[in-house]
Amino acid sequence: MLPIVQHPAAAKEFVNDPNRSRWHDQALWFVRSKRDKQAGSLPEWEYLRETASGIKTHTIANMAHYLQEFERNATARGAVVHWARDAEHHNEIVLRILRDHKTKRIVKSKSMLTEECGLNHYLEDNGIDVVDTDLGERIVQLRNEPPSHIVLPAIHIKKEEVGQTFHTHLGTDEGASDPKYLTEAARGHLRDKFLAGEIGITGVNFAIAETGGLVVCTNEGNADLGTSLPRVHIACMGIEKLLPRQRDLGVFTRLLARSATGQPITTYTSHFIGPRDENSELHIVLVDNGRTRLRESETFRAAMHCIRCGACMNTCPVYRRSGGHSYRATVPGPIGSVLSPTRDQNSYKSLPYACSLCGSCSDVCPVKIPLHHQLLAWRGELVGKKLLPASKRWAMTMASYLFRFPRLFRLVGKVGRFALRILPRWATHHRFNAWTIARELPDPPKETFRDWHRRHRTK
Amino acid sequence: MTMETTKSTQSDTSARQAILDRIQTKRVDIPPLPDVDPERVIQFDQPIDKFVEMLAMVGGQAHQVDSQADVRGVLDEIDVFKTATRVVSLAPDAVAGTIDATQVDDPHELATLDWTIARGEFMIAENGSIWVDGDTLPHRVLLFIAQYLAIVVPRSQIVSNMHQAYERIEGFGGRFGVFVSGPSKTADIEQSLVLGAHGCRKLQVFIVGDM
Repeated sequence: MLPIVQHPAAAKEFVNDPNRSRWHDQALWFVRSKRDKQAGSLPEWEYLRETASGIKTHTIANMAHYLQEFERNATARGAVVHWARDAEHHNEIVLRILRDHKTKRIVKSKSMLTEECGLNHYLEDNGIDVVDTDLGERIVQLRNEPPSHIVLPAIHIKKEEVGQTFHTHLGTDEGASDPKYLTEAARGHLRDKFLAGEIGITGVNFAIAETGGLVVCTNEGNADLGTSLPRVHIACMGIEKLLPRQRDLGVFTRLLARSATGQPITTYTSHFIGPRDENSELHIVLVDNGRTRLRESETFRAAMHCIRCGACMNTCPVYRRSGGHSYRATVPGPIGSVLSPTRDQNSYKSLPYACSLCGSCSDVCPVKIPLHHQLLAWRGELVGKKLLPASKRWAMTMASYLFRFPRLFRLVGKVGRFALRILPRWATHHRFNAWTIARELPDPPKETFRDWHRRHRTK
Repeated sequence: MTMETTKSTQSDTSARQAILDRIQTKRVDIPPLPDVDPERVIQFDQPIDKFVEMLAMVGGQAHQVDSQADVRGVLDEIDVFKTATRVVSLAPDAVAGTIDATQVDDPHELATLDWTIARGEFMIAENGSIWVDGDTLPHRVLLFIAQYLAIVVPRSQIVSNMHQAYERIEGFGGRFGVFVSGPSKTADIEQSLVLGAHGCRKLQVFIVGDM
């Protein structure tokens, strides 16, 4: 049983530091603004989103066919395809490949899937030295934290804190916080790790059924350095990463980086088709881990469209102010709040409520996942399963009762307005009433809407 | 050991079957696979100008030259090229290298490489990227391990957008190919953009008229 995540409690520390919360909010809004600029530069932006959504809907519906086509073509090009039921199985497969090669040192580029599976800790427990090579991931790895964002793993950390971490682990000057200096130090440190790495592990942005090839997108070039030195490349991917044809990439490479960071394309968009040469190996691990179950849900299936760009996080008013760690999940933000409860409804039941239903996430999603509709749908499911706290359930039952009896409604309204006039502040603002922590009660209206309506109706 | 391998292989097969079965049990209506209408996507009247503009935006530097013979002169103006001692050139008509990469067995030996001069197949105007075919690289790592990178590309070879780019590489049969857009970069520390993450620190692109 997973522990129950209470988003408000988990977000408290972050929110109670107004400077950090505001700084985080602005950093992400800056990324969102860059995205808007790029999206606005293409007249066909909406057409691309519709096409991307259509391609994903088609592929996910026809998934068994495309998975087999991919396996056939990848194998014909010399890759070894593995199938993993769940996170544990995935980790076992990767460890077995490492053991077959007597490997102790691996270099890893960013993969949300391996985060989802907890691969790093599993390998470390089995005596493997795992080096995350994406700068942001390396920072959080050295600090022994999980990433707080799927594209910008260290977005919650200030440069002074990075400086302190690098001073401790890489021996940079004490108090140094210049991003250029720190990045240069990481470059030197990680070059040595790249040269010493025995196997490279990467994630996958897109897998192409028609060619059996993989596409990996990075800005730093770490996936490329990490796979072009060692002889063995292990690529780990969720089964939803599939696209039918190579030309479908035209749509997705145009959407991904523009949505993620406001770049027209990532620095490197690398296409791997089979292993490097006759003496090299490419292992591809296809992971289910709940995806086939998600596919069975009419309501939530479209969440499988996700290309992990992070645009929904950058725009989300709740994510921006509460930080990624408050979701206690590999994928935070709106898409995370849809996906996490599909793993365990009870543990993640508070996440669909970490949302104001403003709909901004649905507007920016490059593959048109109806995120805020899905979050609302989750609330319906959770209420139906009685997974809400008793206080909320009780209040909802009372409200529904009230709305069914007009006379009772009027009477309670009258009592309420009277109470607003006479109640002393201490009766409403006390430690048992969380609602009034940062709110004042309104002044009672001089006239009710009902009376006003009656007065004007006859005229 | 043999026992264990057999067991693992079986478990792989059963996972494969379980995943495919679960998908096939839940039938979902399959809408048609959409294609992109080329009339509905952006095209540029002056694609070279757009390419140069976008390349500057992603941190690269464009040089328009008449012939490959002019490349050397431009590079000689760059301090970090003048002092470079270890250079691999895959465009020998433009620049002669100091190391023959085809004679290198282990890519790790290229760790101290100063420059790679690579060949690009074509440019994409909308994002300032260049398609590099892996078959032109004796070692894949050449593109990523050199401190500085230059790419030489014919001026006539340009498309407007990524749809046209994929049309051009339809049926690509190589093992590796990459769109390169600018030098390697990161903004992982407080969103401050720093050029030169793990790959090249700078990127020079030579757009050659007569090539």
